[in-house]
Parts: sequence; C-alpha cells; structure tokens
Amino acid sequence: MIGLQILIDGFAISSLYGVAAVGFTLMFGVCGVLNLAHGGIMVIAGLIGWWAAVNHSAGPYGGAVIGILAGLIASYVTYFAVVRPLQKSRAIPPEEQEIFILTGTLLWGIMIQVGLDYLFTNNPVTMQALIPGVMHIFGVRTPRNEGLIAVVCWAAIGALYLLVNKTPVGKQLLAASINPRGLTLLGFELSHIYLIVWTVYGLLAGLAGVLLATFFGVSSANAGSLTASAFTIVILGGLGSVPGSLIAAYVVGYAETITAYLIAPTLRPIPALLILVIALYIRPQGILGRR
Amino acid sequence: MHHPFTHRLLLLASVAACLAWLGPQPALAQRDNGPIKIGVVSEFAAVVGEAIAKGAELAAANINAHGGINGRKLEIIAYDDHSSAAEAVRDFQRLAEQDHVSAIITTFISEVALAIEPWAARLHIPTLTPAAASNLISKQVHDRYSQYKYMFEGWFPSPILAQSVCDSSRDTLVKELHLSTAAIVSEDADWTKPLDATYEKCLPKAGLKVVDFVNFNPDTTDFTPIFNHIEGKNPNVMIMGIAHVGVQPTAQWYSQRVPIAMAGINAQASNNTFWKDTNGATEGVITQTGSAPGVALSPTTLAVQKAYVDKYHNFPAFTGFTAYDGTMAFAEAMKRANSTDPDKVVAEMEKTKFEGSVGHYEFYGRTDEFTHALKYGPGYATGIFVQWQNGKQVCVWPTDKCTNKLEFPSFVKLPQ
Repeated sequence: MIGLQILIDGFAISSLYGVAAVGFTLMFGVCGVLNLAHGGIMVIAGLIGWWAAVNHSAGPYGGAVIGILAGLIASYVTYFAVVRPLQKSRAIPPEEQEIFILTGTLLWGIMIQVGLDYLFTNNPVTMQALIPGVMHIFGVRTPRNEGLIAVVCWAAIGALYLLVNKTPVGKQLLAASINPRGLTLLGFELSHIYLIVWTVYGLLAGLAGVLLATFFGVSSANAGSLTASAFTIVILGGLGSVPGSLIAAYVVGYAETITAYLIAPTLRPIPALLILVIALYIRPQGILGRR
Repeated sequence: MHHPFTHRLLLLASVAACLAWLGPQPALAQRDNGPIKIGVVSEFAAVVGEAIAKGAELAAANINAHGGINGRKLEIIAYDDHSSAAEAVRDFQRLAEQDHVSAIITTFISEVALAIEPWAARLHIPTLTPAAASNLISKQVHDRYSQYKYMFEGWFPSPILAQSVCDSSRDTLVKELHLSTAAIVSEDADWTKPLDATYEKCLPKAGLKVVDFVNFNPDTTDFTPIFNHIEGKNPNVMIMGIAHVGVQPTAQWYSQRVPIAMAGINAQASNNTFWKDTNGATEGVITQTGSAPGVALSPTTLAVQKAYVDKYHNFPAFTGFTAYDGTMAFAEAMKRANSTDPDKVVAEMEKTKFEGSVGHYEFYGRTDEFTHALKYGPGYATGIFVQWQNGKQVCVWPTDKCTNKLEFPSFVKLPQ
C-alpha cells in the first residue's frame, strides 16, 4: 500500500520537476545560458495566475493561461533586458560572457524576488486545482489534480520532443546546440533561434510555475530554492541533455518521496544532494552528459 | 620599585572610564522637548510583519491626536529586517545609537527576538515583541532580571498559547463534538518546542488522547506523506502548531480530502487574506488568533479595528493589534514616568494596566514564570479561536464572547 502511494505521489512530483528542468537544460544546451532567474520566472507565473484567478475572476483555467503567458513575458524580458545586452556587449570578452550572464541572471532573479515581495508580499498562495476532487487508484486516495499534472507534464514533454525531432525549427535547435558557428556559416540567424528557445523556455517555465502553484503553492520566497532544484536536476542529468534531465527528475523525485515516506519528511531534500555529490565523483558529466 | 596595588588601581580606573564612555547614554542623547521616538524592526513583506509597523503607526497617530506624551509628539521609525536576525540586530543598533529611540517594537519570529534580546539588555532599550512566542524570551527576563528586564512580550509565550488551545479544545471539540483523540502536528522551530511539550501535557487533561506526534521541517512543501502517516493513526483532530508554513498544508489537506479536522494554531490562517491564498481550502480550519472583525474583546477593540481599517483599508493580522497595544503601553509608561529614562520606563511598564484592543492588558511580574509576558486568563487577554466558514473567520472561543457553532466540510469525518 505504501509502495503504491510512493509510486503515485512520486510520479506526479517527478513529472513536475521534469517540466521545470527541461526548459532550463534546453536553454543551456542551445544558447549556452544558465538562467539563474529560473525560479523567479516560475514564481511570477504562479503568482500572476493566482492573482488573475482570484482578484479578477479569470477562473482556474483563465488564471492558468494568464500565468503561463506571464511566464512567457517574464522570459522575454529576461532575454531582451538582461541576457541579450550582455551577449551583444563588445566590452565583455567572449570567454567571460558566460560568467557575466550567470551573474546578470542571478541579480535579475533577486530583483524579481524583491519586486514580487513588494507586490504580493512573501505570503505563499495556492491556485485552485484545475480539476477538483479525489480519485482512488488501487485504493490510494489521490487528488485528481495530481493525475492531471502528470498528464499535462507529459503532454508538454511530448510536444517538446516532436518540436525538436520532427520539425525544421527543431533541427536548427539541435544544430545550434552542437555547432552554433557552423549554423551561422550556413546562413541561419542565431538570434532568431535564441528567440525560439526563449519562447519555448518561457512556456515551459510558466506551465511548471502554474502547476506548482496548484500542487504545492508558491511564494516569492521559493524563487531561490526552485532555481537550485532545477540546477541540481540538470547537473545530475548532464548539462544541456533533455532526456538526461528527465531521468534525473525522476531519480530526484522518487528519492525524495521514498525518503519522505520511509525515513522522515524532514529529510526530504537530503538524498538529492547526496546523489549529486556521488554523481560528481563518479560521473561528473552527469547521466547523459556529452563531455 | 613596582607598586602593584597602584598599577591595579590605575588599570581599574581606566577600565571604569572606558566603560562609562562606552556605556548607554540615552538620557543625554535626546533633547527634552523634541519628539519621542519609538522604533519598529520587522519584515515588511510578510503580512504579519507589515501589520506590526502599521499598528505602531496607528497608535502613534492616536496618541498625537490626544496631545502626545506629556505634550511631546510620538514619532515611529520603522526598519525592514527581512526576518534575518543579523539585519534585525543591525537595525536595532541603528535605532538605538543613531536615531536615539526610547523604545522598540520588534518582530514576530522567535529566533529574531532571541537575537535582539541581549541587545535590548546591553543598550538599555525597553523592547517589546508583539508576537514572538518562544518561552526563552520571558525565561531570560525571569532568570537574569536586572540585565534582561528591558524585554517585554506583548503576546503569549508558547506554553500559554498551547494552554489556550487546550482550554478552547475542551470547551468546543470535546464538549460539543465529543472528539476524543488528537495528533499533534507542528513545524520544527524555536516557538514550537515548548508548545509541543505543553500540548502533550494539557491535551489529555482537556479530554483529547494524543495518538500521534509529528514534527516537520518548515521547508516542507509536500505534506502527503505526513497526512498519510497521521491518517494511519486515526485521530479525530490534528492539533497544529504552524506559523512558518500554513497555506501549503491547508491547501493539501483540502485537495487530498484528509478526513481529519484541523485545529490548534495555524498562524497564517489568522490572516484575513487566507481564504484567497488557499482558494477556499481553509473552509472548516480552526486557529488561535488575537482578533477577528467585530469581536469585542475589551471596550476599545472595535474602535481600534475601525481606525485601522479606515486608515489602511484592510483588516490586519493580529500583530496589528498587539503592536498597537504595545505602543500604547510604552506611551502610557513614558507619560506616567514623565521621562524616557529606560529604567523608569521599565518600572512603569510593569505597572501597565489598561483595556487593550486584544483584551485587558497587564504583564506578568518578576516572580511569575513568564516575566514581562502578557497575562492570560479570564479577566485578562485570552486570545480567540476562529473557524473559517464560507469565506469568513467566525469566532468560536471564548464561548462567553462567541456563540458560533463549529462546521466542517463534508470530507472531515467526525465521531457519531
């Protein structure tokens, strides 16, 4: 019984971790950008979605759509106001560009958090479940919303798979992740490809933020830890590898759930960190890393 | 020749001179006709912390409208500590040494209050926390009175909070609904340790057998395993001790339809935004708090509630009222002492006796267990218990002031 409970509970959480992490890893793989404002963007989506649903009677679905759009807008703002100027700057030597972007997005993430503190206070909020009620899966009482989260997450991941592997745009993304210079030599505009990645990223981060808000609730105070957990998963999976991040999301999700059920809920965050440390010793490139 | 005695005397004299130079000089620092300043150190981004600054401001406006403190205006200087102990101590020092405040109202977090307490002692600043509940705060005043006497608690230490939970549970859950078993569910924090210890002692006396005890990390986001574990023990009610978390466990309790009533202290549920924050998941949740709209706990309650809502357009967390009362207590003490001298203010604070917005307002004395904390009991402040019903907090305890009946959502299973 408890095994089944762990299986069901862990699946929903891991799927959510997966969606939150694939955008992050795609961004690094294709654009070489580690976006440390990631958690902030997710929180924006959750808070705006909640605010629209509760204070402007957008309803749970309207709120979810507005939340995802807010994530997309936040992603564009991050790109155009923070990342793009650093990429274009001639004052920054190319070999230092990554560290500048890292610092830039870190500071931007802090600004987002302080801004949200001011607008929404740091009080956590939860969005209304998209489908209310509970269902019984082999006797385990599960909120229907948890099932929906798993389905939506896998639909999003499936859509991403189709986009990357079955469309011309996806081929450009793959090419950009392997050899951006070669792609420019073939006459493709890199900034165009980057914009597509930021769009996909914004939608995924927005979706993850909204689903998170319906599941656990969000608060501006979560921004840092959300970035950190996406970071952990992405490092474990192999920086830039989308399938690696998905596997890592399940490893981390289940390790946490098993710990919470069988050892103590308090120790929940510990196994992910242990696994990360061990992985860095024996396989520093991560599960499916290229290097 | 050496004269060890003279040397030692010289050394002592110079140490004494240094100490005199470094020591607190608040009486000299403030001119006698300028405004009297009271400092506030709190976290403005938190609903509970924001209300502290606003409650103090409201009290100052009221005092100034009635002639100030013996003719001198009262001014509030508020700093944001982001609930960091290190920042709070810096703010406290700045208020004391640069702004020359005569008293400070600070924080709802016990860890922060405990970091500030020694500074109140060192700098001789009468200080009041309107919500921090660790019993160590009053214990230090009790054990080392001459040093720590500057610290006051304008609300209840956790053992008293726990006692009020037991008293209200006996009157409502046990007498009216015939519940007989409880699980204690609390976050791991300074304020809950004494709370849990008192729960374990007083719940059985109130008629609730404790069948489970869960203490969890305040960073917990997924409460499924915790509820799952508790359900296995089959209690009638979960007696909570949570403040750092609140929205998540409540929302998940509802979304998972956990069939156990939720009562005790769910501090975030005392905020009037909680219904929106949880999308109504809080329906049926009972919590201890200090105030609810329209519940008159003393002759002054309703007037203060109205003044607050008129000024800030929302109904505050209970700290809005405890900070208001604390500021009033300081102002009255300074008025009676006709001085801002810290020792005189402390002596007068100890004689405080007035109708505060949260009830009859007096502090425990030097020989009581909870020195300088707010007195609890019939005839004094008691706090109240509210239950969320259809989007509103309705008062359910003390039963002499609140006559509402308890109602629970249908998924909560009560003994027949």
